[in-house]
Amino acid sequence: MPSNRLFTLLVPVVSVVMGLIAGAIIMHISGFNPIDGYSALWTGAFGDAYTIGETIRRSAPYILTGLSIAFAFRTGLFNIGAEGQVLVGWLAAVWVGLTIDAPMYIHLPLAILAAAVAGGLWAFVPGILKAKLGVHEVIVTIMMNYIALFTTNEIIRKVLTSGQTTTDTIAGSASLASEWMQSITFYSRVHYGILIALFAAAIMWFIIQRTTIGYELKSVGFNQHASRYAGMNVSKNIILSMVIAGMFAGLAGAMEGLGTYGNMSVTAGFSNLGFDGIAVALLGANTAIGVVFAAFLFGALKEGAGEMPTGAGIPTELVDIIIALIIFFVASSYIIRWVIVRFKKEGK
Amino acid sequence: MEYVIEMLNIRKEFPGIVANDNITIQLKQGEIHALLGENGAGKSTLMNVLFGLYQPEQGEIRVKGKKVNITNPNIANDLGIGMVHQHFMLVEPFTVTQNIVLGSEPTKKTGVINVEKARKDIQEISDRYGLKVDPDAKISDISVGMQQRVEILKTLYRGAEVLIFDEPTAVLTPQEINELMEIMRSLIKEGKSIILITHKLKEIMEVCDRCTVIRKGKGIGTVNVAETNTNELASLMVGREVHFKTEKKQAEPKETVLTIENLVVKDARKVDLVKGLNLELRAGEIVGIAGVDGNGQSELIEAITGLRSAVSGKIKLNNKNITNKSPRKVTESGVGHIPQDRHRFGLVLDYSIGENIVLQTYYKKPYSKAKVLNYKAIYDQAQKIIKEYDVRTPSVYTKARALSGGNQQKAIIGREVDRSPDLLIAAQPTRGLDVGAIEFIHKKLIEERDKGKAILLISFELDEIMNVSDRIAVMFDGKIVADVKPEETSEQELGLLMAGSQVKEGDPNAIQ
Repeated sequence: MPSNRLFTLLVPVVSVVMGLIAGAIIMHISGFNPIDGYSALWTGAFGDAYTIGETIRRSAPYILTGLSIAFAFRTGLFNIGAEGQVLVGWLAAVWVGLTIDAPMYIHLPLAILAAAVAGGLWAFVPGILKAKLGVHEVIVTIMMNYIALFTTNEIIRKVLTSGQTTTDTIAGSASLASEWMQSITFYSRVHYGILIALFAAAIMWFIIQRTTIGYELKSVGFNQHASRYAGMNVSKNIILSMVIAGMFAGLAGAMEGLGTYGNMSVTAGFSNLGFDGIAVALLGANTAIGVVFAAFLFGALKEGAGEMPTGAGIPTELVDIIIALIIFFVASSYIIRWVIVRFKKEGK
Repeated sequence: MEYVIEMLNIRKEFPGIVANDNITIQLKQGEIHALLGENGAGKSTLMNVLFGLYQPEQGEIRVKGKKVNITNPNIANDLGIGMVHQHFMLVEPFTVTQNIVLGSEPTKKTGVINVEKARKDIQEISDRYGLKVDPDAKISDISVGMQQRVEILKTLYRGAEVLIFDEPTAVLTPQEINELMEIMRSLIKEGKSIILITHKLKEIMEVCDRCTVIRKGKGIGTVNVAETNTNELASLMVGREVHFKTEKKQAEPKETVLTIENLVVKDARKVDLVKGLNLELRAGEIVGIAGVDGNGQSELIEAITGLRSAVSGKIKLNNKNITNKSPRKVTESGVGHIPQDRHRFGLVLDYSIGENIVLQTYYKKPYSKAKVLNYKAIYDQAQKIIKEYDVRTPSVYTKARALSGGNQQKAIIGREVDRSPDLLIAAQPTRGLDVGAIEFIHKKLIEERDKGKAILLISFELDEIMNVSDRIAVMFDGKIVADVKPEETSEQELGLLMAGSQVKEGDPNAIQ
């Protein structure tokens, strides 16, 4: 049997390749030229400094929502609520950005912290319900998503504005925007958030792999009975895991609120950052480094998709189909494992 | 000579390990044939080859003299080979009938399941072999022993001529074991043949005709049970002399370590299971708690270790009150616990052996500092335990799940003993293990006693209680009903005490 480490690496790579091949077939059947399609995708994502900047911008929140779901998953929990945690994080960041007057070295960290705390609090609810009453976190987090969506909309309309659908732009002292990064990317919307995202990935790796906190969290995720026997506080660890996961997702909201948009608008539907985060985590095999790569892939696909209609006349829906296919192949990694093992056997 | 099944010179390799090396086993029509070997010797692999789950690299399988190629379990079924798994493969909310017909349901012309026919067939088979199974009972409502009989019925319903029993007695009570033996005999009478996978020598002596021994993947040979004895079988299996009677000096009990006064504990259903129990345990002695499962033993241990709260009463360790303290507090005040269910409580199976070794000490120096783990210290400690306690594992990085039961248990015992607790609670420490491992574990317990530790041994195996304990406390209905010395009692007397009979002081024969 090939080593597990190689497998964890090989499976997502093969999944992506198979997804791309399947996408090419679909393009071909639909009467488009796959080579044109993919080269437009490439140009759209990496064609020039501007698109590279935009790809990076898109990747930052994906990294954070991916980390959120991966972190929870590593400790035995399904955080389907990253979406709602993003929204409350976004709102909290914008709120602090709008209402507080302080120098940047206080204002910006405070706004970022507010986003993390809001996301953490939002995840605390499913955490405590799971820990104390055994309510399944999937149900609660899904419901919390809707509560977040409608609550944030209402707060934007009634509290942050008087009946408007978009808040004012946050104070410059709370903005993540980076003139320097913008100047080297032809004034894309890229911002310092990517550094926060990468730092968060390093934090997740450190907590999970190197600390007693991660040791306890994973242990509780694997086996609650043995964890209790070993003297760990199972309830505390479940709540802590959800809160940390929520904080990562909340930070993703800060990316949007303090970086990309500088404001928040009333929306009819979800941002999908949290839901796409599930796919990112899955593709990244729930590891910090894997999530970073998967998030960049997602960012590139989503950004490049914009070029496909203009560059090759292919509808953006097709790009969504390709992404869906990639996820499909990752999710069916068992099949891919089986294929690889078969292939190796015959090669012998 | 007519053989129903022959497995000739079977060799099965896994990467880096030869699980079966040139093993031959020949099953005669109408015999009970034991397959004996230590944990990890390759018994299960061999049977999985026969059952079509693995393909052998070498060797051949013959059924009634004809060479066959079994590539999947369906072929094995068609050839009349049935397996009674150690871990039952039953759907809990389904009835007995539904479970048995699952996968080969009799249907009416319309395609609807013919439940009546299924029930009748099952009742008939059940009656013929004395299985006493209620076809309409739900699996979740019936005892473990009956669940096993459902597994047997399942194979018979599918027309099995050869039944493979994979360590069937591991989960059974002594009474259920006797019943199973009866069932096996009646199966033979009806012309079936049986392969019994086991490492329990007593069972082999009692019920088997012949016995094939494998050791570390190699076939050692086949013996007639009538011409051998447990000692010979044990040494064939382990490859050296085995001592059943553990050597030990007279105990020298010193100061009191554990005092339990009027302890009352409720179980999960809020029923009193420990009902005003008193017990005292001194340094340098092993007290064995004898009793039938379900008389409050598990609740007693859980109360001492802080896993379950006591309703009333007092538990004192070295004169300090530890009643209703958290598991961590109890551990830190000097209690080691070898849990009854090692998969549920003893190990995080998805953690490496190294990570499991520090399950209770990870937050202390040198294993971590300022909440940062020191993996070097952790794996050094694991290496030490592995060496001292002869835990056979490819490395300290191997997941606990990948180890055999005996090696998992040795790792737990190493972990608990190495912390040098004043009180060591050993709950069924040798359950499911082979004689070699049992001998090792008993020796370790006695070593700890000689170092002046207090040891509380809970076991459902009277042999073990008689053999290892210095004092035997019999537990019945939530109380200690008798306190006897092993050399002054007999298994018979203990059995009666465990069943709740009263014995007059000083007269073991006068049973009321």
